[in-house]
Amino acid sequence: MRRRRETLKNPEQELRLFRMRSLLAVLVAVCLTGLLGGRLFYLQVVQHEVYSTRSEKNRVRVEPLPPTRGLIYDRNGVLLAENRPTYNLTLVRERVEDLDATLSLLVDLLDMPEEDVDAFRMRSRQRQRPFQPALLMSDLDEDQIARLAVNRYRLPGVEVEAQLLRYYPDAETMVHALGYVGRINARELEALDGGNYAGTHFIGKTGVERFYEDELHGQAGLRKVETNARGRVLRELGHTDPVPGEDLTLTLDSELQKLAVELLDGRRGAIVAIAPATGEILALASVPGFDSNQFVTGIDVASYRALQEDLDLPLYNRAIRGHYPPGSTIKPFLALAGLAEGKITPDTTIRDPGYYQLPNDSRRYRNWLRWGHGRVDLERAIAVSNNTYFYSLAHDLGIDHIHDNMSAFGFGQRVAHDVQGESDALMPSRDWKRGRFNQPWYPGETLSVGIGQGYWQLTPLQLATATAVLANRGKWVKPRLAHQVGEEDVPVELPDTPPDITLDNEGWWDRIVSGMEKVVSGHEGTARRIGQDLEYRMAGKSGTAQVFSLGQDQKYNADEIKERLRDHALFMAFAPAESPEIAVAVIVENAGGGSTHAAHLAKAMTDTWLLEDEAPDTEEVREVLEREDDRVAGSQG
Amino acid sequence: MIWSELTRGMRPRPVKASLSGIARRRSLWERIHLDPWLLGMLLVLMLAGLMVLYSASGQRLPVVTAQAIRFGVGLVVMAALAQLSPTTLLRWTPPIYAAVLLMLVAVELIGDMGMGAQRWLEIPGVIRFQPSELMKLAMPMMVAAWLSRQPFPPRWRDLMVCAVIIGVPVVLIAKQPDLGTSLLVTAAGIFVILLAGLSWRFILLCGVLASAALPLLWMSLHDYQRQRVLTFLDPESDPLGAGWNIIQSTTAIGSGGFWGKGWLKGTQSQLEFLPERHTDFIVAVLGEEFGLVGMLAFLLLYLLIVARGLWLAGAAQETFGRLVGGSIVLTFFIYVFVNVGMVSGILPVVGVPLPLVSYGGTSSVTLMAGFGILMAIHAHRRLLPR
Repeated sequence: MRRRRETLKNPEQELRLFRMRSLLAVLVAVCLTGLLGGRLFYLQVVQHEVYSTRSEKNRVRVEPLPPTRGLIYDRNGVLLAENRPTYNLTLVRERVEDLDATLSLLVDLLDMPEEDVDAFRMRSRQRQRPFQPALLMSDLDEDQIARLAVNRYRLPGVEVEAQLLRYYPDAETMVHALGYVGRINARELEALDGGNYAGTHFIGKTGVERFYEDELHGQAGLRKVETNARGRVLRELGHTDPVPGEDLTLTLDSELQKLAVELLDGRRGAIVAIAPATGEILALASVPGFDSNQFVTGIDVASYRALQEDLDLPLYNRAIRGHYPPGSTIKPFLALAGLAEGKITPDTTIRDPGYYQLPNDSRRYRNWLRWGHGRVDLERAIAVSNNTYFYSLAHDLGIDHIHDNMSAFGFGQRVAHDVQGESDALMPSRDWKRGRFNQPWYPGETLSVGIGQGYWQLTPLQLATATAVLANRGKWVKPRLAHQVGEEDVPVELPDTPPDITLDNEGWWDRIVSGMEKVVSGHEGTARRIGQDLEYRMAGKSGTAQVFSLGQDQKYNADEIKERLRDHALFMAFAPAESPEIAVAVIVENAGGGSTHAAHLAKAMTDTWLLEDEAPDTEEVREVLEREDDRVAGSQG
Repeated sequence: MIWSELTRGMRPRPVKASLSGIARRRSLWERIHLDPWLLGMLLVLMLAGLMVLYSASGQRLPVVTAQAIRFGVGLVVMAALAQLSPTTLLRWTPPIYAAVLLMLVAVELIGDMGMGAQRWLEIPGVIRFQPSELMKLAMPMMVAAWLSRQPFPPRWRDLMVCAVIIGVPVVLIAKQPDLGTSLLVTAAGIFVILLAGLSWRFILLCGVLASAALPLLWMSLHDYQRQRVLTFLDPESDPLGAGWNIIQSTTAIGSGGFWGKGWLKGTQSQLEFLPERHTDFIVAVLGEEFGLVGMLAFLLLYLLIVARGLWLAGAAQETFGRLVGGSIVLTFFIYVFVNVGMVSGILPVVGVPLPLVSYGGTSSVTLMAGFGILMAIHAHRRLLPR
């Protein structure tokens, strides 16, 4: 059998075998095709939903459309904060053939700093989505854009991208009133509504930019786009337009604000001006300021450290956070407390021997005029800023009455409606002292409070607010910075407005105002120098605050010690006295020239606001001030 | 008139018995040595393939035109080869095999690099081709030539010779490296042996030996080839890298659903999520745009071609033709199975195109040449005395 097979070919058997095997092969092929069909059925019918979803996710990308931030205007429509297109240089790695050559060409063309290139290389080493433009250089100038345009053909994958950036045209003047925006940090990001801020890079950090963040920001839109596998957008599938942020019209008067900053130029201090009838803040100046535009584009470490370590504390908003002993500026308020509590009448007089003594105490609390003012009534006590009168009054009132009545004027509290970061400062009380030092209140401390020294501290905004309430004869208005948010007016009657202050005899208000008028207009008024050529009736009160201590870790050089140990000059005023249109609080740190220094600044402010035809002449004011300073220095020497 | 002439070969044979094969009046199809059924199905496949290719290429007509020209060349080659008699083919088989083998050696020595593998041979200005493609035809012919001369069924000695005939070129191709082609070439050779009637005991033994050799094969694989197998086992392990192809192709097919998204409307395909979508992964485009219905239609067409091809081979009168024809047809099926299996994720990624649908020159011409040989074998049977 075996032998036969070896030698003989059998075509019939071969053919049969072949056909058997062919048939078998076809069967196997049908089975395998069935297997494929089963797999396809599984993918396309059983799992269809899963893969459908996955394929949709593949192609559709949702891109946020950030809203345009609302603009900020002053009360006269002057633009204070705008959005400026800036141009950034970006690069899409996937479209660049030779990265090194492209980068070196860019360095040559744009004088691009080597650090930028290194930073870019560092970033590009991290894995990122394909076809995402990577930032190479920000804030290109026109010259650079032009040079890029000319060389565009040599730079595939390099793009100039426009972005709207906040810009403050008069940053140094406005910064402490407006605040500023900066890049969203990690902590803010956690608290934010991720959807609405998906395409937004900036957020209000301080000031009205922060307080009205929600209104200024607006509502983000979104865009559904179809992309290909490399992330390139092919077409738009649908979109929701963003709702731009609302514009903000402030109560600030940019001219007045500018004047305030110029008046304080070269010094440290704050000026706050309020329209008493409405509570509109007309000026909110803290000097020195800084260029907030640096914070928008991202400030470099060295500049930021310089600002932080500057002895004049430019980052510090003195107008709303500065704590100053009020000095004699609060004497009119204490007088009102005395009237309200029935401790004095306008006609109550004392005899001032030049000092005050507590019963059963030999210590003498001195008047600033060593030999005393003699017989002093209420109006004269205010006009000459008599200490003895107010020692006596404070003693009669006691700290509890003082605390309650002064709190009614807003001292020791945040008073404004929309001023972000405002400080409480400090209105001392028995409870406060027990909590703070675990000590009882001593009668002598009440006397210090009576002349605005001791523990009492206020902010310039508080002083201006209290002055406005006084100018209103007790009618409270909350100070506010926003006049209009979008189309909507901020109402004059705001919620949480403190109750109005009433006196048994409404005529007593005029007696206080009369005393304050004598401060500037009376023959022995402490600020009579500014009253010489007044064209309207002005009521004011001067104050001097002693700088009693320096922090232990503060190092001053010899010249600076002298300068920085000088007293702070304060002045509060409103005008015209009969129907006030402006209330001002001025604080000049280490003024040296005594309280009149601040009074001159206050008068420049009221002049500007009330006398339409007289343009503010800061030069003139400064000359007067210099003469004044020299005079004081001379008399001291 | 022309229609009756054209369809004559397709109609049932006349009942009247002819005196002899030579005396019977031959149809037009018989005279030009082509099988109308097979040719018809191939043309349908080509046209459908061009349609899919138009979508897969991103609607670029030049690509479709180039492919159509290749099909034209393929058809001409097929028609030309169909005119040869099996005797001539048998006579020329050893020199052809030797020549292709030499070319493979030449590739190894002086071949062009392309896509990380050394596959191409170029006669500058004249032609540039992959000798390994030619081996897909030369190999089964050589094995069949050897076996057809030997007694039946194959003996050990014959098998050893076949092993050498198959082994040498496969090793050369695998070294290029081109796993897909070497698998196809091996399959072509082995199909000849199987069709020649290798005993089942032996087939079983080989199966056991082959599975025992799997670890060895694993160790001889290139890194990228191993990666492909690993990726096949778990595509999600590297979704953006090696797993991307499989994830995207199964997503494309799965999202097509029962009826498909419609021609030119497949998002996976048109938005370039599919890699190699007009070459090896074109099935994913087909599956996405034409759905399960389209896929099954294509698979059925392929099955019919295979069945018709095997029928033609089985009708051949002598062993050499039968074996070569059967092997060519079965290899054609392997193309389809491996390609669809890989794209749908039940086989690892191997570079095997979908016959007559995937874009690619050499392979479509080789395939058509194969069908030409099949038709030659079939059409010339009546010239041999019974």
